[in-house]
Amino acid sequence: MHDHNNIRLPEGSIEKETTTLNLGPTHPATHGVFQNILELDGERIIKADSTVGYIHRAFEKIAERRPYYQITPLTDRLNYCSSPINNMGWHLTCEKLLDVKTPKRVDYLRIIIMELARIADHLICNSIVGVDTGAYTGFLYVMQYRELIYEIYEEVCGSRLTTNIGRIGGFERNFTNTAFQKLEKFLKEYPGVLEEFENLFTRNRIFVERTKGVGGISASRALNYGFTGPNLRAAGVDYDVRVHSPYSSYEDMDFIIPIGTTGDNYDRYQVRNAEMWESLKIIEQAYRKVQEFKGAEAEVFHADVPAYYLPEKSDVYTKMEALIYHFKIVMGETEIPPGEVYNSVEGANGELGFYLISDGGRAPYRLHFRRPCFVYYQAYPELVTGGMLSDAIVTMSSLNLIAGEMDA
Amino acid sequence: MSLTNDIIKTRLTEKFGELLGAWEEPYGMLTFTAASDQNLKVMNFLKEELGFNFLTDITAVNYPDRKGEELAVVYHLHNLVDNIRMRFKVFAPVEKPDIYTATGIFSSANWMERETYDFFGVNFVGHPDLRRILNVDEMDYFPLRKEYPLEDQTRIDKDDEMFGR
Repeated sequence: MHDHNNIRLPEGSIEKETTTLNLGPTHPATHGVFQNILELDGERIIKADSTVGYIHRAFEKIAERRPYYQITPLTDRLNYCSSPINNMGWHLTCEKLLDVKTPKRVDYLRIIIMELARIADHLICNSIVGVDTGAYTGFLYVMQYRELIYEIYEEVCGSRLTTNIGRIGGFERNFTNTAFQKLEKFLKEYPGVLEEFENLFTRNRIFVERTKGVGGISASRALNYGFTGPNLRAAGVDYDVRVHSPYSSYEDMDFIIPIGTTGDNYDRYQVRNAEMWESLKIIEQAYRKVQEFKGAEAEVFHADVPAYYLPEKSDVYTKMEALIYHFKIVMGETEIPPGEVYNSVEGANGELGFYLISDGGRAPYRLHFRRPCFVYYQAYPELVTGGMLSDAIVTMSSLNLIAGEMDA
Repeated sequence: MSLTNDIIKTRLTEKFGELLGAWEEPYGMLTFTAASDQNLKVMNFLKEELGFNFLTDITAVNYPDRKGEELAVVYHLHNLVDNIRMRFKVFAPVEKPDIYTATGIFSSANWMERETYDFFGVNFVGHPDLRRILNVDEMDYFPLRKEYPLEDQTRIDKDDEMFGR
């Protein structure tokens, strides 16, 4: 028998029973492997119990025997909607440990890639919120621009989803002209698309009524629950790692942190849209700065740290030093200083932190990922309890939960 | 006046004295060790008096060679107003890894502690729901402890038809 204590029945009414609904782990509306055991009174949720871990892959353990450069592919598989940010976060953590200073041009190129990834991620999240409220058109329409972003990744690193982009110290190769042409095309066409996307949703009555006042959280609760990223900013706290502890020369960029007030699904949607506009601004600035480099400087795409930066393959075959360093890096013979580093980047859904302890060996002694959505997903029962089942679906997608990241 | 590592250190030393030790600043982040039963008092002091209102992370590290303090629970805290981060550790013996739970101070500690329990077996005393979170419930060991090494990738004695070693 179910626990009836939570339901107050009117005098003289017949006894009421609640329903237990197993939502997930594989359910088309959950967009990922999430399980929630819901206790329902009609369509109203009176209790939710989340289970996570269905795609746990023990990355932290695997990382303990991999050399540093082989951990990048593991980070791809955390938040796979914006893997370049995870890759860069990992490179930046290593560079902090190894005390590697990257040239400005590398920083700006990284910013371009990271902001493209942020746009791709926000685009998916917001359009999925649209899908869950009944509008498939927006989702399909913006997909072609995510595709364009993926083509840019492809030009830079050769892959699309799990990018493994860049190396410790910079990129594996310089951006090609095609990459810049595609970027220009994106910068030219995307504002119009985003505007149309906003026209479709922002003042759409069905969308507003489905999202406004649903799944809200106060700023103090959000902080207490460890919210970060757009979800925290939607609740009104202007915390952004890009501004609070700038990395990769974000301090050279001029942008604002959009914030919301109520922390509900509509605010989260609005904050993400506003962030996409800011990201566009950042990309434009970074691209202008990249174009200002002339001559030899315009060819710089990695830091001059031969001991840590994997050399180009053609050099390995023809140059002695490159061969030696290649051998040392691959065989794990490079000097890694012992140390303890916490480094974080502003991932698309929050503060993505890397806590790395090195004992001087070829692999980390301990590596811990602070995955933003693992931390804030625990607030989900509080957000949906008392609401309707169909609102819980929208809340879930508007939180931008990525199962791969949560389960690490 | 904004906080600096020195101010935090002075304030903490005034309050807790000898209970805190091993002061370090690796890569600029203030780090210290607290006596294992003081973690909540330290955290509460940091939150209420010094404005560390955001719990960034809880995790653990296993040092099998340190007798009596094999498990280190590591807390990362962030003061969002003065924008300063810090970290502190408490150590526990692996035979009796009891540490007080921080769920009363930060709701976010709930799953972080469950994860730490899941992988290291740290018993968070007073935790409302200390179950495994990422691993299966039937698991009877704590996989991130160093006593469970990963399988040797070069082993050749294993014949696996499906995956072809």
